[in-house]
Amino acid sequence: MIRTLPCSAAYTNGFRLYMVLFYIFLIMPLVTICILAFNDSNYIALPWNGFSLDWFFANTNERLGLFKDEGLMLSVWTSLETGFFVALFSTIIGTIAALLFEEEQFRMKGFLYFLALAPLVIPGVVLGISILLSSTYAGTYLEENLGMSFEFLGPSFWLVVIGQFSFGATYVMLLVGARLKKFDRVLEEAALSLRATRLEVIWLITIPFLRPAIIGAFIVAFLISFSNFNTTIFLVGSDPTLPVDLYSRIKFSSTPVLNAVSFMIVVFISFAAMISYVINRKKT
Amino acid sequence: MKKNKSSTFFLLMVPVLLWLVLLIVIPHLDMFFRSFRFENDEGLMVFSLNNYLSFFEDKIYWLTFVKTALYSIGVTILAFIVTFPVAFFLTKVVAKKYSSFMVLLLLIPIWIGELVTIYGWMILLSDNGVINNFLMQIGLIDSPIVMLYTNFSMTIGLLYMSMLFMIIPMMSALESLDDSLIEAASDLGASKWTIFRQIIIPYTTPGIASGGIIVFMLVIGDYVAPNILGGKSSLWFTEQIYNKFLATFNWNEGAAFGFLLLLLSSGIIWLALKLTGQKLEKVGS
Repeated sequence: MIRTLPCSAAYTNGFRLYMVLFYIFLIMPLVTICILAFNDSNYIALPWNGFSLDWFFANTNERLGLFKDEGLMLSVWTSLETGFFVALFSTIIGTIAALLFEEEQFRMKGFLYFLALAPLVIPGVVLGISILLSSTYAGTYLEENLGMSFEFLGPSFWLVVIGQFSFGATYVMLLVGARLKKFDRVLEEAALSLRATRLEVIWLITIPFLRPAIIGAFIVAFLISFSNFNTTIFLVGSDPTLPVDLYSRIKFSSTPVLNAVSFMIVVFISFAAMISYVINRKKT
Repeated sequence: MKKNKSSTFFLLMVPVLLWLVLLIVIPHLDMFFRSFRFENDEGLMVFSLNNYLSFFEDKIYWLTFVKTALYSIGVTILAFIVTFPVAFFLTKVVAKKYSSFMVLLLLIPIWIGELVTIYGWMILLSDNGVINNFLMQIGLIDSPIVMLYTNFSMTIGLLYMSMLFMIIPMMSALESLDDSLIEAASDLGASKWTIFRQIIIPYTTPGIASGGIIVFMLVIGDYVAPNILGGKSSLWFTEQIYNKFLATFNWNEGAAFGFLLLLLSSGIIWLALKLTGQKLEKVGS
């Protein structure tokens, strides 16, 4: 049953077979997309018509490859930009929140921590519409009463950043907070007794200790932003992010260029995962 | 420790308060109040329960609501059944040197993102898709089976995009389970089923609960899988909200629907936490 206990061959082999089937189930959609990205066909699915790089590089009337499709390249760029800003803001506020909840004692702490965790259990769609409702309301209010108009309060690039940040910060807080729990408080107390100010202690001792977790959290926040759809769809303005663009293409005009984009994402993520695996293995 | 809060405390407190008040509290309160606003015949905004009434009067709305709730619970249970053996295998059975690589493979579909993987399933399940082609090649069927745009394809998609989030909390619960407990039970002649029911399941309940809550939340709030893989007959409640906001532009009614979804999901999560004796704080970790 476990490593140290002997088991019947049927049980062991049955369990292994189940695992093999599970992993096939897991990678089947990814492998399919990757292969069909190179299919010399105008339709997203089978039959296989031979190998072709058209859906990456072609620029003809019939076929517009990924790297020649300006709309698609623009949405990739929008997603990268959105991801960067969301990761930046989430990392800053999430780290501050982790420091606040781990190191300080104050009234209503439990309630505030509950609020900070709330985005984990609020459906993404609800988060999207509530931010859309209140920001457009604030926008019209400001315009009617003060005559000021803020573009970012309507569906736009910055509203997407704000919406994704609202839950990205929660994930950063949890990741950084987990590392902060392992922090030896004696180091801080030593610095304080040597007359460092509280801020100096955080900046010179706590933050350097947290650096690996902060970098990791930044990457996680970026990836969460890059793949988010449920919240983004309500906040997006005239410049769609990649998931929003892919969605409308899947619904209304699917060509194998979708396979090509997906292939690039699959390869990029797998590559990044392998690198992190190798780095982590060297450490241990 | 100190009586007066230091300036550092406020430096930490203010940004966090701004985040929570401006982006979590106010938007949801606003959504709540907005759900009671209704434009009457004279074109004036008045307080009214009409937005909620239209939910109960129109059969399609509350039927979708009930269906979404039941399917979400079903998919959560299915995700547990499918992934528990995997979590057990990766923590207790497979040699340690392979397990970290196998765990890494589990994370890849998560980071690739829902839209791409769901699109992959669309290609796999379509009439001239990979599975139908394969089945016809080996002569098992003569004409394609309709799998796409059904409740079946929707369930597969929801399961695929959510189940991996369940494995990780279950694995961390299983990792802390001491092998010697299982060995001792086995030495005393307990069957596998008894060990499973009396030791493994009670011990991993916290992990199962937090994983289950994450899966449930992802499934009930999902839009992509039901919309791309589900057909006309498999409406999801998030699609109704989407339509209110981006198709018919009835935002007040949409706010009411959003609030109902929030109420449903937090209600079921609250119930799950009560039944398993867990706290929300634990789910996050």
